Amino acid sequence: MASNSKTLRSPLQIARGLGSAKHGTEHWWHQRVTAIALVPLTIWFVFGVIRHLGADHAAFVAWLQSPFSALMMVLTAVVTFHHAQAGLQVVIEDYVHNEMAKILSILAVKALCFVLGAACVIAVLKISFGA
Amino acid sequence: MANGSGRPLSPHLQVYKLPRTALLSITHRITGVGLAVGTLLLTWWLVAAATSPAAYERAQHFIGSFFGLLLMFGWSLALYYHLCNGIRHLVWDAGKAFELSEADRGNQIVIGAAAVLTVLTWIIGLAVW
Repeated sequence: MASNSKTLRSPLQIARGLGSAKHGTEHWWHQRVTAIALVPLTIWFVFGVIRHLGADHAAFVAWLQSPFSALMMVLTAVVTFHHAQAGLQVVIEDYVHNEMAKILSILAVKALCFVLGAACVIAVLKISFGA
Repeated sequence: MANGSGRPLSPHLQVYKLPRTALLSITHRITGVGLAVGTLLLTWWLVAAATSPAAYERAQHFIGSFFGLLLMFGWSLALYYHLCNGIRHLVWDAGKAFELSEADRGNQIVIGAAAVLTVLTWIIGLAVW
């Protein structure tokens, strides 16, 4: 490193650009990518819900048996839960200052998001492939 | 704020009147958490439909109840707010509209769009129900 440099960071650290947390902008970027994906998915979802307000079971199942609807509902669920766990993690990191409580609550939130997301996907697939 | 020295004080949340941009910012976070809670209902709805017609009827009955509709109204408003303000955050992420006048206009657009979309959705929703 040049002698006139005022930084303590090595040239390799600067070149990698991952900062002290070693993750760089990855988390921030994931939040943005999922946010962009959720714009069309949310619009589809709202229209779908409005069209099936008060629908009976047969009509609802028929809706999700269409491959396009099943695809969109699976994408909506997966991206929504990905976005939710990323956002909730930041909220917890901002307000929970006890290290153990912070890690445990982040793990709990992520586990819950995985379980709920998987439940949604399995439900849609069961309807889509089922009778 | 006067502290005798003439120097500015850093804002203390309990005595500081939040600017509207700050209010919209914390509202974005609150609606985000609220929407995350709302995914429980989404999951119940889908799983119930995959389970049996009776389970689906129970979910539909809850959603159609007074409390269910109240929750749905809150979530629809939160969803539209989070969507509109999220798009505005993407504009900020692109490095645009940081001037105070633009931020003020953004506040009005976000609040107006969220309100109009919510009312429109409920008019259409209640009409087709």
